[in-house]
Amino acid sequence: MSSAGDAKLFARSRLCSFHIPKFAITMFVGFPHHILLSSRDVQTSQGKVAELRQELNSGGKKDKNYSAKKIALKKIVANMTMSNNDMVALFTDVIECMTLPSLEIKKMCFLFLVNYSRLKPEVAMKALPILVDDMDDTNPLVRALALRTISYVHVREFVEATFQPLKRLMQDNDPYVRKTAAFCVAKLYEHDKKTVENSDLIDRLNRMLKDENPTVVSSVLAALCDIWGRSESISLTIDYVSASKLVSILPDCSEWGQSYILEALMSYVPQDTAEALLLAERVAPRLSHQNSAVVLTACRVILYLMNYIADEKHISSLCRKLSPPLVTLLSKPPEIQYLALRNAILILQKRPEVLRNDIRVFFCNYNDPIYVKVTKLELMFMLTTKENISIVLAELREYATEIDVHFVRKAVRAIGKLAIKIESAAKQCIDTLLELVDAKIPYIVQEATVVIRNIFRKYPNQYESIISNVIRNIDDLDEPEAKAAIIWIIGQYADRIENSDALLQDYLATFHDEPIEVQLALLTATVKLFIQRPTKGQQLVPQVLKWCTEETDDPDLRDRGYMYWRLLSTDPATAKQVVMGQKPPITAESEKLDPRTLEELCLNVGTLATVYLKPIHQVFRAARPRRLQPSPALQSPPQEDGTAGLLEYNPPAANPGSSSTSNSGLATITTTGNPTSPVYPPPRPAYAVEPNAGGSAAGANAINAADQYFQGIGSQQMAAMDLGGREDGGVGGGGAPQSQYVVTQNQQQAYQPQYAGGAPTGELLLL
Amino acid sequence: MLSGILVFNQKGENLIFRAFRSDCRPRLADIFRIQVIANPQVRSPILTLGSTTFSHVKHENIYLVAVTKSNANAALVFEFLFRLVVLGRSYFGKFDEEAVKNNFVLIYELLDEILDFGYPQNTETDTLKMYITTEGVKSDIANSPSDSSRITQQATGALSWRRSDIKYRKNEAFVDVIEDVNLLMSATGTILRADVNGQIVMRAYLSGTPECKFGLNDRLLLDPTTSGANGGRSGGGSGSGGGSGNKHSTRAAAGSVTLEDCQFHQCVKLGRFDADRIISFVPPDGEFELMRYRATENVNLPFKVHPIVREIGTTKVEYSVAIKANYSSKLFATNVIVRIPTPLNTAKTTERTSQGRAKYEPEQNNIVWKIPRFSGQSEYVLNAEATLSATTHQKAWSRPPISLNFSILMFTSSGLLVRYLKVFEKSNYSSVKWVRYMTRAGSYEIR
Repeated sequence: MSSAGDAKLFARSRLCSFHIPKFAITMFVGFPHHILLSSRDVQTSQGKVAELRQELNSGGKKDKNYSAKKIALKKIVANMTMSNNDMVALFTDVIECMTLPSLEIKKMCFLFLVNYSRLKPEVAMKALPILVDDMDDTNPLVRALALRTISYVHVREFVEATFQPLKRLMQDNDPYVRKTAAFCVAKLYEHDKKTVENSDLIDRLNRMLKDENPTVVSSVLAALCDIWGRSESISLTIDYVSASKLVSILPDCSEWGQSYILEALMSYVPQDTAEALLLAERVAPRLSHQNSAVVLTACRVILYLMNYIADEKHISSLCRKLSPPLVTLLSKPPEIQYLALRNAILILQKRPEVLRNDIRVFFCNYNDPIYVKVTKLELMFMLTTKENISIVLAELREYATEIDVHFVRKAVRAIGKLAIKIESAAKQCIDTLLELVDAKIPYIVQEATVVIRNIFRKYPNQYESIISNVIRNIDDLDEPEAKAAIIWIIGQYADRIENSDALLQDYLATFHDEPIEVQLALLTATVKLFIQRPTKGQQLVPQVLKWCTEETDDPDLRDRGYMYWRLLSTDPATAKQVVMGQKPPITAESEKLDPRTLEELCLNVGTLATVYLKPIHQVFRAARPRRLQPSPALQSPPQEDGTAGLLEYNPPAANPGSSSTSNSGLATITTTGNPTSPVYPPPRPAYAVEPNAGGSAAGANAINAADQYFQGIGSQQMAAMDLGGREDGGVGGGGAPQSQYVVTQNQQQAYQPQYAGGAPTGELLLL
Repeated sequence: MLSGILVFNQKGENLIFRAFRSDCRPRLADIFRIQVIANPQVRSPILTLGSTTFSHVKHENIYLVAVTKSNANAALVFEFLFRLVVLGRSYFGKFDEEAVKNNFVLIYELLDEILDFGYPQNTETDTLKMYITTEGVKSDIANSPSDSSRITQQATGALSWRRSDIKYRKNEAFVDVIEDVNLLMSATGTILRADVNGQIVMRAYLSGTPECKFGLNDRLLLDPTTSGANGGRSGGGSGSGGGSGNKHSTRAAAGSVTLEDCQFHQCVKLGRFDADRIISFVPPDGEFELMRYRATENVNLPFKVHPIVREIGTTKVEYSVAIKANYSSKLFATNVIVRIPTPLNTAKTTERTSQGRAKYEPEQNNIVWKIPRFSGQSEYVLNAEATLSATTHQKAWSRPPISLNFSILMFTSSGLLVRYLKVFEKSNYSSVKWVRYMTRAGSYEIR
């Protein structure tokens, strides 16, 4: 009965609340019939409130079960979300209902209070005594409800009034109340950091870790981790005994509780490699849980613990355990599949042995959503080897016939990149590309042209026989990148293409209308033509140089024009050496994550950051950083580029406070005076690079600074050689396109994966 | 963790807005509406703008959205949203816009209960239904303190999925083994991928607190030599490599199955399974999914499909599709549906079949061939012809795969069998157990 009423009411109130402002304006412009409508509408809105108020107060003594009140309250709640805060007018009336002896009414009133207290704190105050009273109720559900509600209200008096009762309820004899109290501490910390830090609430919360109820313990851990994430001055440490105890209560927790415990285990720093192994093996059964949050968080813990395990045999045994659950996640809903796949990309870079699976599990289904397909494509690219390239190429060829243009182009680009990645299969890849080009679908032709240009760059003087196949489609190209690619090919092989001068001339006819990318390519290609075939190029070069130096505003084009001009006029022989000289080879691997980011992301498996595969602080600036903590058991990570090893040993500044932390509870959370001091476990003498004097710490800082600097250089070089980096391959790499790449790398404002089909999520195959 | 839960209808109207943290501002609803619902280009279920992340799933005609700040556990966020769908369905039958509009109060009440400060709490339907109900009157049981204590113990206990006071006159348990067989076959008949996603659903109508033990013809359990040799890595070893391929097939012939991986309902004691591969649990009351598994070795493909598709010029496509049933002649498949894609510019089609009926569905660009009953070992053929109208499109037809739907009772593609289900309860009652097998088409595609 009430349900139908709700729906009707809903529709009506929506109508008036949305339309009032519009009619109010037209009223002044002067359409009489609108005035009528408007005033009636306003009346309905006010009338509605009045009507509900009346309904709420009706019934009187005859209404024994308060059914009239319940119906009225239900209507009010139904209107809360959609009627632009009209309902706030009923605040006082609703508060009056709070004292009625019905849990159902109470819940509705509390919901109303949580929703509107911020708009009218002074009215909300009237509810405070009722809530404080209820926290003393004999019914545990009511006590918990009152505590939960009061701590949602972001009004100073409410927060202050919570502290005392909270301390009592943290020791309540009902576990349901205790777990509510645990979360309440984290809530108060959100409202008012200072007061919580100055009280003994966090200590009390720590003590609650000894609770005999697993649900309470997992709630306490969730609250502690939440608090940890909000404060730089708080450290969270768990010793082996505590970690071991936590693992033993895992089976008695709900799936969510298990996730909270597993998250908390990331704060345990193994001091001994055997401890790390034992714990990892005890966590491993969680990989068979139905809830993917438990599975992925367990993966995270195991991957983390592996950093502290010495024996390679055990590492590979653990890796084998991780593989099947990750693949099983691919039979979950697409959103979970997507997460699993993104994490697979990550794990593959850190521990390639985990996914030494049959590549076929990553083949796309026709009906997969596009974000799943594109990620599978990336994984396929990463997993392709000499041995399986044939089946992969057959598969990619299949994708190239699908409907989604973005996906098709990525498939084509992947074929080209495979040619570069796997030298022995280059010919096979090129044949596949040519087959696709023959279908004459414009966007495939354009994409193929770009990747073939890259293949030429990787394997100079090897596959020139296909030049004619590419040139044949020259008229189909209308995208700047594809045009630039074909122009590069013409310039580079000007002496082998019979009519290279004519082809260039066609493009030069529209030189002034072309985008800068194409103009730069044309300039370089014309110079190359002149150097290789002076007779053919001698008429074109002066003309192009004149355009570039005198008739353009673009600084890069002009600079490059002048440079060629001087080069050619000073010493033609040197010019040839410079322009046609050998360039550094390109690789397909340049887009791997740098070791520091990889390490950081691996400590965050299953989180949102793994979807973006970017340094976490770039996407989530407020996130508290996690690093691998040093300990005698920490194994040095695989040396990727030499700098990685040193970065691991980022010696933390001395932190005297934390040595005294592992005293009583299972886990300990402590506040330290120094807000910038990083979190790390009690120092051990065995640790080699331990800074105990200021001098050595300063030295370490210098090393770090240097590392960071060189790392930066490295990534820039990679960017210059990057396959998808869109530079035109001219002398030394174009200035403009490269800087463009750098800009997108560091862009921090907004990540909008939808615009380019998820491209900004750090895909390997940039489009 | 979660800052808020929002529900929208397809028009983008915000139906439910529940903030759990003060950083979840009302204007976020507008942002989601503009950036996701009104944006046809959306291609990802996750959108991060500034420090706010929207994670959404679509169910029926509503969007369920979780708002998070900072780097939240994304798996947990989505698992929670899916759980919300499950809860909604179990409360309202269908969880759609209408159900939301008819149950605002209940949904807000549920959200308040299953999330605290944005952290998921107990989400077990059985427990929740003890004190959050559609008929308001009943929930007043929770008004009495003693009943409440029972509820709170249940909601925080180690067996949060089961009430202790369950009683049946007749104790019964039904086990359904349901396999989705997936196939991806190339146009030339090569099997690109074949695997089975299995699901074991149980309906337990058992009194008290029954301890169940469940046994399958799992290779690692049945063959002690291999499970011993594999030592600690009993979690299902896909990494075992190609070398032992022959051994696997002989074992399968002997009646055991290699499970690539298993995932269990939270009632199953995972430690036990990891140690000695025994599936032991105290089941929730009624229906639940006990486990899921994956098998990739020795998959019995129930149907062999031989399609011949010939494009004759640009005006005609000829089809000849032969399907052979590969299972015992004692069994039969029901509701076999074959979808044969036709070009977008198909003008008219003609079909001839040796069994069942075929029909052209222009809106799907498919010829749909239905065979209500397909007995084992038989073979049927469809011959069809699609006449194409002239188009200006030069783009070649991207030939989507032919797909199959079917279900076969008493057949498992993986060869999996339930060996036993034992029920132990302190009152020592006897119970009746039933088992049923079914194989369905998952994604059964032939290019």
